[in-house]
Amino acid sequence: MSTVRVLVGTRKGAFILTSDAKRESWDVSGPHFAGWEIYHLKGSPADPNRLYASQSSGWFGQMIQRSDDGGQTWEPVGNKFEYEGVPGTHQWYDGTPHPWEFKRVWHLEPSLTDPDTVYAGVEDAALFRTTDGGQSWQELAGLRGHGSGASWAPGAGGMGLHTILLDPINTGRIFIAISAAGAFRSDDAGATWRPINRGLKSDYIPDEEAEVGHCVHRIAMHPSRPDVLFMQKHWDVLRTDDAGELWHEVSGNLPTDFGFVIDVHAHEPETIYVVPIKSDSEHYPPDGKLRVYRSRTGGNDWEALTAGLPQRDCYVNVLREAMAVDSLDPCGVYFGTTGGQVYASADAGDHWTPIVRDLPAVLSVEVQILP
Amino acid sequence: MIRVILPQHLRTLANVGREVTVEVEGPATQRSLLNALETRYPMLRGTIRDQVTQQRRPLLRFFACNRDLSYEPPDDPLPVEVTTGAEPFRILGAIAGG
Repeated sequence: MSTVRVLVGTRKGAFILTSDAKRESWDVSGPHFAGWEIYHLKGSPADPNRLYASQSSGWFGQMIQRSDDGGQTWEPVGNKFEYEGVPGTHQWYDGTPHPWEFKRVWHLEPSLTDPDTVYAGVEDAALFRTTDGGQSWQELAGLRGHGSGASWAPGAGGMGLHTILLDPINTGRIFIAISAAGAFRSDDAGATWRPINRGLKSDYIPDEEAEVGHCVHRIAMHPSRPDVLFMQKHWDVLRTDDAGELWHEVSGNLPTDFGFVIDVHAHEPETIYVVPIKSDSEHYPPDGKLRVYRSRTGGNDWEALTAGLPQRDCYVNVLREAMAVDSLDPCGVYFGTTGGQVYASADAGDHWTPIVRDLPAVLSVEVQILP
Repeated sequence: MIRVILPQHLRTLANVGREVTVEVEGPATQRSLLNALETRYPMLRGTIRDQVTQQRRPLLRFFACNRDLSYEPPDDPLPVEVTTGAEPFRILGAIAGG
């Protein structure tokens, strides 16, 4: 029987949750890197026991940890993230130029085929890559250098590059997203980039339909249809059917279209999940009810999934990295909250149970299926 | 031998106890001490000084002999008591963040 491994990054360490394919009984390991912020940890699709973790601290800076045994032991690897050339400036919150400064790694995306190749999305926004298992990192500077970088500005949480999607069919195509610059695409393995934000409308920037400046929170892709992307923006849920050439809104009947996470069912490319959050000034679910919303039609028509989730007095948030799906049948769906709960559904969202209830605030959730 | 007291998180990271000792070749300064420390414990690179600028991280302090040495030039000699091992060089995290 398969093993399910859920990788959880929190404000105060990493946790690894394991179960068999029934996904009913869970072992909890951790905290790993106790006391450190773990923005993200993720396993290599090419070697599931190769894990990478972003470990950071306001005091001690950024570490990258690597495991070759599924998280039983870890080894610090390279943590030197140096922008290529003269870093230049981006826009600060008040509109003034601000020097590009490395702060932390928000997201680690291992290559689909090579365990030693990993992409890192960092704050201040840039994309780095290692091809030696994390020992050294090089910036893919064409992203910051494509032309609009000087006008990018941070979102409230910082100017982080938080989403990296590797196209499994059109190899060489990479999608990324930055708060609050927007979405970008490369068709040549990261050498050159262009914004893909047409169709996005954001009333918090002077030109609502500007080429860049949109606060994209998350983008999700089904690997069988990489030209179809789903986006949770600061406000609005959107989709594109042409790899980002044009987006259109699919918020439909959601109670609020603000939120952070979005993900796609492992076997149904038109089934998507979001967790609506009340507003950008009230980062908690509407009416104190924690509800996952599922659309089986690729958006617009949404149903609330509530079985097993708190339906009163719940005021947690679900952050952008904190949802994942597994590839079992039926598809498992997982998400973590700022209240320290990690919820799992073994039936595509129909029913939910908490795996753990009292972790530190959850920053990221990833899941692996091991044979 | 120079004695260095590390903050808790760096002890865990380097898998060492509260105090470590390092040998510094040539004049003992903050820079040469930290170079020696990072050579012996490579996992500490970037945690005390920024990897690129080599500046002390803003929320860390260097204390020795009842003095705050955090703002001393990095190439100034360390106090004799530190270089002789009579007093430790303390690296500590600022009390911040609640």
